[in-house]
Amino acid sequence: MTDISANGAAPQVRSSILVQDVKMRRRNAAETRFKSYGLIAIAISLAILALMLFTIFRDGISSFRQAQLTFPVELSAGILDPNGARNPADLAKVTTVGYGRVLDVALLKALADKGIALDDPKQATALISKAAPAQLRNIVLANPAQIGRTIEVEVLALGRVDGYFKGRVTRETAERDPQIKPVQLDLIDKMRGAGLVALHFNWNFIFGTDASEQRPEAAGLGIALIGSAYMMLLVVVLSLPIGVAASIYLEEFAPKNRWTDLIEVNISNLAEVPSIVFGILGLAIFINFAQFPMSSSLVGALVLTLMTLPTIIIATRASLRAVPPSIRDAALGVGASKMQTVFHHVLPLAMPGILTGTILGLATALGETAPLLLIGMVAFVTNYSATPLDPATALPVQVYSWASRADPAFIERSNGAIIVLLAFLVVMNVVAILLRRRFETRW
Amino acid sequence: MSVLLLLAVMAAIGAAGYIFCRGRVMAQVGGNPRELHSLPGYYGWNGAIMATLPALAVMVVWLIAQPLILESRVVSHLPEATAAEPAARKLAMADIRRVASGLDLAVAGGAIPAQDVATISPGEVRARLGTVGVALGSDVTPETLAAAITWRDQARSGLIGRSVVVILVALAGLAYALMATKPDFRARNRVEKVVLGGLIAASTVAILTTVGIVASMLSESFEFFGMYPWTEFFFGVTWSPNFSGGSTFGFLPLLWGTLYITLVAMLVAVPLGLFAAIYLAEYASPRARSVIKPLIEVIAGIPTVVFGIFALITVGPFLRDWLAQPLGLGNSGSSVMTAGIVIGILNIPYISSLSDDIINAVPQSLRDGSFGLGATKSETVRQVVLPAALPGIVGAGLMATSRAIGETMIVVMGAGAAAKLSLNPFEAMTTMTVKIVGQLTGDTDFGSPETLVAFALGMTLFVITLCLNILALYVVRKYREQYE
Repeated sequence: MTDISANGAAPQVRSSILVQDVKMRRRNAAETRFKSYGLIAIAISLAILALMLFTIFRDGISSFRQAQLTFPVELSAGILDPNGARNPADLAKVTTVGYGRVLDVALLKALADKGIALDDPKQATALISKAAPAQLRNIVLANPAQIGRTIEVEVLALGRVDGYFKGRVTRETAERDPQIKPVQLDLIDKMRGAGLVALHFNWNFIFGTDASEQRPEAAGLGIALIGSAYMMLLVVVLSLPIGVAASIYLEEFAPKNRWTDLIEVNISNLAEVPSIVFGILGLAIFINFAQFPMSSSLVGALVLTLMTLPTIIIATRASLRAVPPSIRDAALGVGASKMQTVFHHVLPLAMPGILTGTILGLATALGETAPLLLIGMVAFVTNYSATPLDPATALPVQVYSWASRADPAFIERSNGAIIVLLAFLVVMNVVAILLRRRFETRW
Repeated sequence: MSVLLLLAVMAAIGAAGYIFCRGRVMAQVGGNPRELHSLPGYYGWNGAIMATLPALAVMVVWLIAQPLILESRVVSHLPEATAAEPAARKLAMADIRRVASGLDLAVAGGAIPAQDVATISPGEVRARLGTVGVALGSDVTPETLAAAITWRDQARSGLIGRSVVVILVALAGLAYALMATKPDFRARNRVEKVVLGGLIAASTVAILTTVGIVASMLSESFEFFGMYPWTEFFFGVTWSPNFSGGSTFGFLPLLWGTLYITLVAMLVAVPLGLFAAIYLAEYASPRARSVIKPLIEVIAGIPTVVFGIFALITVGPFLRDWLAQPLGLGNSGSSVMTAGIVIGILNIPYISSLSDDIINAVPQSLRDGSFGLGATKSETVRQVVLPAALPGIVGAGLMATSRAIGETMIVVMGAGAAAKLSLNPFEAMTTMTVKIVGQLTGDTDFGSPETLVAFALGMTLFVITLCLNILALYVVRKYREQYE
């Protein structure tokens, strides 16, 4: 090894830093490769994100429009009000079966008027959704004066009709479908030409109640929206004061001792506990032990509060810490008590940061599903909940329960529900970012 | 008086306390606040606190104690065999409560006149409660009915007692505060002490939550292990719960499914997340960084149920049609691969942002030293920065592993429900979290091992994730000490 230097006759290597030799070229190639790995990783991640959002919008956006039948219906007094007294109690006695017959007759008449021939009247009347008689009944009960007249109504079409409009049902699938036959698809084409059936914006999807497995066309998000709204409201009301109070204590008052150490370890650990464990807690403590009603948004809110608290505490403590000590010193200097210093000076200055953290915590809570499954919020609920104690579902749970139903029409609705959910999340995050931009102070 | 009404009354008394105490002290000093020890508002707040806080405490205690006391009184109506056995007693008490609340509803709805309740016959209870929408599973036994009637009577007198006592306590507190209100009373100190007490109470919620988690899962798990031997649970290889009895709960297939899916997830998340972090920390311009970093973090903000749908509708069928079926490895859309890949994607931003922070924390002097010796950027990253950041990255990986193990929605929708011990990644397998959801969704019966096993699973999950988190925290902390 030392021979070369000893002899002083090392072979001359002609090299220049301007010309790359083989080894340098290899090293530079490795450099480019390494850099491109990073770019590829980022590209893959973002591409998957884009793909996911794309598939959701592609499959879900159509759920906001729904196939509706539009035709004149003669509300014959003989069927709908046999006594002729227009007495609300009498009117309410007529069941949806009666209204179904009225609709059938009216649709056949409308088809005859447009000159569309039928092999079998059932082929046409089967295209009316099973939820349509109830729709008509609500229209009539809301305004009984219409009885005896002929009114133009817009009612839901069968889910398969909707599927045909959106390409989910084709002639091939109809061959094997017990609910619809290829002949009926021809009929739908004719009806579409005659303006009897078309896609309309579907408010029922956003505000309506959930519907059973057989009538996907009538399923709506209303109850899930109410449940989520109650939960978010209760989570804010519960977790913001508790979280802020806990952070103020830990950041401003707590002595450094074992007890506060224990609290800190607990908070950082709770932030990492799997969400389903909180569901088990909710089931065991709130439902089984405290006997709160199953499936209620109150229990959901309590569970989500416990999950959100660590996030809020961590954010609040960070923004309390960001308030410079000079503010506290000044307040203490003019004679404020410690408590007055915190509540009159430090807290207001930390508020934007606290609110930002709270909104982000809420956004996480809004998308949380697993713990809500365990406390029964996945149940089939058909009535709008009037109070947080009534059974309800939540937006993400509705996404899950629709996705697990057999009819593919529910997959469309599941994706539609995700779009609604994501819209809320985007709004919340934008508000949080704006709050931060607008009020952030650099000391 | 309902709880809400009682709260409203208490709030009114509290408001009165504020106004009276503040007015009284101002009158005492002739409207000159300089002669007071504290600002006038503090006297008012003291009045409000004294009026409401003790009353609130009494009400909470009453709410908790009343059902317990009622239960012990009503038990004498039950047959001795039922009263002696905890599970049967629990069921009987639930029945009694349902009948009692049904009777309340029926009286309120007018189905049963109030004076008839005491003389109603057991046979007709079910039918008459049915008319007000209270569905009872079976006919009511005379014992249950008698117990329910006693329960209802005592609950009603308890309710009146509660209102009277709570309002009296509130008024007494108000009177006490009024008497204590003098110009030299240290009102601010009193109020601040109460506020501090409130702050401390709020900070203990975190501890109470942990205690609640551990206590609820431990007690139910012990009950489960009382019915089912723990050796068979932890070392059994068959999982076949059966709600009609004769279940076997072998934990190993679930553990295997969980670990397999987690492995796949980490194989996706660690390379992608780590390379993304390296690029962001070492190569990206500040502008590119400020765009790419938030975009990657968008992934973390998307609810997991959305990833679940993505696994169910897009990834699962894609893997099945393009990989599993051509290779002859299976034809199931839900599989270890599906769930693993999607969980991996979910964990990319987690690993990348943690690693990014850690790589940025490596001192610049180390890089400068390496560049000075002529190393290229990638050589510096590979041979200097990454080894220095390794403990932190390992910590991030452990935390991400713990998240993957506890992930629920993606595996519920993408992994399948069959508990299997298989090596084929395209086969449907199941995890602990899937089975917790499966055993606890729908009707739960806290007396059966089929329900209780979920708590044993939850406890195991909690312990595993806790250990991983503590280990990660330890690794990260130890690393931080080196450079700070």
